[in-house]
Amino acid sequence: MAKMTHLDRLEAESLHIMREVASECENPVMLYSVGKDSAVMLHLAMKAFYPSRPPFPLMHVDTTWKFKEMIEFRDRKAAEMGMDLLVHVNEDGVRDGVGPFTHGSAMHTDIMKTASLKQALDKYKFDAAFGGARRDEEKSRAKERVFSFRSAEHRWDPKKQRPEPWNLYNTRIHPGESIRVFPLSNWTELDIWQYIRRENIEIVPLYFAAERPVVTWNGVDIMVDDDRMPEELAKTAVMKSVRFRTLGCYPLTGAVESTASTLEEIIQEMLLTTTSERQGRVIDADQAASMEKKKQEGYF
Amino acid sequence: MRLTDDLIASDIGAYLQKHEDKSLLRFITCGSVDDGKSTLIGRLLYDSKMIFEDQLASLEADSKRVGTQGENIDFALLVDGLAAEREQGITIDVAYRFFATDKRKFIVADTPGHEQYTRNMATGASTADVAILMIDARKGILTQTRRHSFITTLLGIRRLVLAVNKMDLVDYSEQVFNDIVEDFYDFADELATDLEIQPIPMSALAGINITETSRETDWYDGPSLMDYLETVPIGDKRLKAPFRMPVQWVNRPNLDFRGFSGQIAAGTVKPGDLIKTLPSGRQSTITRIVTATGDLDEAIAGQSVTLTLADEVDSSRGDVIVSADSPAEVSDQFQVRVLWMSDTPLLPGRRYLLKIGAKTVTATINAPKYGIDINTLNDMPAKTLELNQIGVTTLSLDQAIAFDPYDENREMGGFILIDRQSNDTVGLGMIDFALRRASNIHWQAIDIDRSTLAEQKGQKPAVLWFTGLSGSGKSTIANALQKRLFALGKHTFILDGDNVRHGLNRDLGFTDVDRVENVRRVSNVARLMSDAGLITLVSFISPFRDERQMARNLMADGEFVEIHVDTPLDVAESRDVKGLYKKARAGEIKNFTGIDSPYEPPLNPELRINTVGQSPEDAAETILDFLKEKGFLSD
Repeated sequence: MAKMTHLDRLEAESLHIMREVASECENPVMLYSVGKDSAVMLHLAMKAFYPSRPPFPLMHVDTTWKFKEMIEFRDRKAAEMGMDLLVHVNEDGVRDGVGPFTHGSAMHTDIMKTASLKQALDKYKFDAAFGGARRDEEKSRAKERVFSFRSAEHRWDPKKQRPEPWNLYNTRIHPGESIRVFPLSNWTELDIWQYIRRENIEIVPLYFAAERPVVTWNGVDIMVDDDRMPEELAKTAVMKSVRFRTLGCYPLTGAVESTASTLEEIIQEMLLTTTSERQGRVIDADQAASMEKKKQEGYF
Repeated sequence: MRLTDDLIASDIGAYLQKHEDKSLLRFITCGSVDDGKSTLIGRLLYDSKMIFEDQLASLEADSKRVGTQGENIDFALLVDGLAAEREQGITIDVAYRFFATDKRKFIVADTPGHEQYTRNMATGASTADVAILMIDARKGILTQTRRHSFITTLLGIRRLVLAVNKMDLVDYSEQVFNDIVEDFYDFADELATDLEIQPIPMSALAGINITETSRETDWYDGPSLMDYLETVPIGDKRLKAPFRMPVQWVNRPNLDFRGFSGQIAAGTVKPGDLIKTLPSGRQSTITRIVTATGDLDEAIAGQSVTLTLADEVDSSRGDVIVSADSPAEVSDQFQVRVLWMSDTPLLPGRRYLLKIGAKTVTATINAPKYGIDINTLNDMPAKTLELNQIGVTTLSLDQAIAFDPYDENREMGGFILIDRQSNDTVGLGMIDFALRRASNIHWQAIDIDRSTLAEQKGQKPAVLWFTGLSGSGKSTIANALQKRLFALGKHTFILDGDNVRHGLNRDLGFTDVDRVENVRRVSNVARLMSDAGLITLVSFISPFRDERQMARNLMADGEFVEIHVDTPLDVAESRDVKGLYKKARAGEIKNFTGIDSPYEPPLNPELRINTVGQSPEDAAETILDFLKEKGFLSD
C-alpha cells in the first residue's frame, strides 16, 4: 500500500475511536438502527477488533413502527455476525398505544425513541453508546465532538464540550454520566455509499427501488407496511417504484420515486439529485434549530 | 450534490472507481467574522456544488430575513451552526465542514478568530495540513493575524495560505497586496524557518480567485485557492520517520492469539521487522500484520492494524511498539509547551492526568518558566497559566513514557491534561525534550534506611493530617494528642499551618495557587519527618481534596491518616478564637476558607472527629485508640 485514500483514512480513524472506547469505557454499547450508517458502523466494529469479536453488544431502540424488513434484517445480521443484540421497547408507550398516526410524529418520536433510549441506557447502565451520526447531516452536528458527553439526566450542553486535539479523547466521566460516541463523525453521505460499495456491505433492501404500495400522508409518500395504518388512508394506496434514502418508522419515512435498483444507480441518483438526505424525515420539518434542541433533551 | 462530472450520468462505475482513489486534505481557516471567513467557506461549498436545492432555498430565505448582504446570498449563514451563535452573529466553536472536488476530499476546521477562542483554534489546527489565514485587504496584517500564525505554527502546521480577502474593496490593487505580503514575510521569519507561504489575493464575496484565477487580478500569476488546495502535497513526513505504534488494545480472542491493536503513528512496518516495546525495551520481531480482510505485507503511518510478535512479550495498553534500530526516547521529566484551556487556572504543583497516545499517567506541572504573549510572541513572566495562555514549563510523571519531540511527530509528542476532580480537559501540550533519561534516574542508596530509623524509636512512622475549617479545633486536638503520645514515649512533631507560614512558607499568600504550593511544601516536610521515623501531626486547613490526595500519595503506604475535624461553619465562626471570621465577613481578609473560598470535606477520611459536645482531650483519646488499633504504637 503506497498511500491511503480518503476512505482508508476515514476507516482508520473510526477503528481508532472504537478501540479507545473498548479500552477505556466500562460498559459500552453500539446503537444499531439497522440503517446504512449502522451497517457501516457494525462493519467497522468487526474490523476494529478482528480476530476478536467487538467487546460490546448491539442495541436497537425499537419504536415498534419500524419497517418489517428492517426487523428481519436486524435479527439475521446480528446472528450472522455473532453479536449480542438487545432490543428495547418503551413498554409504557406500547401500553398507552402511542403511534405516529394517533399521536403525531413529534410525540411518537419523543416517547418511543428519545424517552425509550434514555430508559434503555439507564436500565443497562451503559457508560458509552456508539451512534452513527455524521457531522455533514445537519448544522448543529457539525460542531459536536466525536465524544459527546451527557449529564446523568442525558442532557447535552453544547457550551461544555471537551476539546479533542489530535486523536486524543478524554473519556473520563463521573458516575451516572455517559458518553455518546460518533465514530462516523467525519464521513459524508457519499463516503458511506462509496464504502458500502467498496466493502460490499449488505444493507436493507428498502434502500433499493422496487414496486411498493404507497400513500400520501402529511405531504410525503409513505409505504403501507402493516395494517395499523388507518383504513381510509391505506385504501388510497397505489403501487409505485420507490426506494428510501433513510430508514426509520415507516409512517415517518418518506419514499422517493426511483428505479435505482443497484448500488451504482443509487449513488448515481444521489449525485444527480438536488435535495438533501434529511428532507425525507418528518422530524426536521420544524424550525432550523430543532435538531439542536432535541439533542439537548437527549435525542441521539 | 451537483458534481459536474459527465461520468456520473454516463458511466457511474468508472466515476466511482476514479473517486475512490481521492486523497484527503484537512485544513483550518483562521480569521474573524469581519474578514469574510464564513463567506469563504460558504463559497467553497457553493462553488464545489455541495449545496442541495432545499438547503439553497432555506439559505436564500434566511439571507433575506437575517442576512447582511441585502438581496444577495449570505454564504456565511451556511456555516454558522448553533442557534446561540446565529443570534449573536458570531461563530464560537470548532465546526467541521466537508466538501469534495474531482481531485480531493476536504475536511475544513472552521474556528473563530478572537483571542478568547484560542483553544478552539489550537484544537482545529492540531489535525490540519494547511492553514488559511484570512486578511482584510483594507486592514492588512493585524494583531490577530500574528496570533493566528503563531497558534497554527505552534501546533505544527508548516503550509500557510495568506488569503488577502476583500480585494474588491481596494480596487484589486497590486500595490496593496504586495505591501501586505511583504509585511507578513517580515513577521513570519520569527515563527519558523521551514514555512511555505502562499499569498493569494481574493474576494470571497465576489468569487475572485476562489475556484479559478480571475481577470480582475491579471497581475497575479499564482494559483486560485482551489488550485492550491487540490495540488498542495500532503507532505506526510510521518511516513519516512522511524516506525511507532502506540498499543491501544491487546487483542486476545483465545489462548492461541495475542495481537497488539493500534494506529500507526509513524513509519512503515513489515513482517520480519525487528522492534522494541517501550518503556520496557523488550525486543522482538513482527510476525504478522493482521486485518479482517487478510494479512498485510506492509502497513504505513495512519493505518489501524493489529500486530503479532514472535516472542511472548508482556505488552499492554499504552506501551509503544517502535523500530528497534531507532527507538523513541523514554523519560519521566520534560520541558513542554502548554496551552491552558480551562477557566480554572493551572495550579503549579497540583497533579493532573496526562494522556499521550494510549497512555494516561499522573503529571505534576511546575510553575511556568515563562509565558508567551500570543500577540507579540514575546516572552512574559508567568506564575500560572490562565485560559488561552501559552507557556513553557517543565513537568514530571509518576512513570516513564515513550515519546518523540512534538516537532518530529504530533501523535508521539502531543498530550492533553485532564483535571482529576472535574474530569475536564484543561490543557493541551507539546513535548519539546526530556530533562533526563529514565535510565539515569537513581536514588542515593542509604544504608540506614527509614525502617531502621523507625525501629530505633520503637514506633511506626505516621502522618496524622488534621484538616478542617479555621477555628475547628485542629491545633488544640493535635496538641492534646501530642501530650498523650509524649507520655507514651513516642517521638512526635507538630507542623502547624500558622507557624509554618512564619518561616518556610512566608512567601506564600492565600490564593488557590499559593494554597497548593503551601500544602506541597508541608507534605514534603512531613514525608521527610516520617522517613526519619517520626509521628508527624500536621494541623492544616488544607481545603482542597486534590492537595490532600497529593499529600497522601507522597507518603509510604498506610502511613497517611486523614483526620477530618468536622466542625460546622457556624460553630467555628461563633468560636472565632483569632477574630478572623469577623474580619473575613467584613471583607478585610480575602480568600478565607468557608467564607469566600471553598472547603472540600474529605470523602473517606480515616477518622472524622465531631467537636460539638466532645472535649479536645476526648477527641485525642479517640485518635489514640485508632492508632493503637492500627498498630502504629506497638513496639
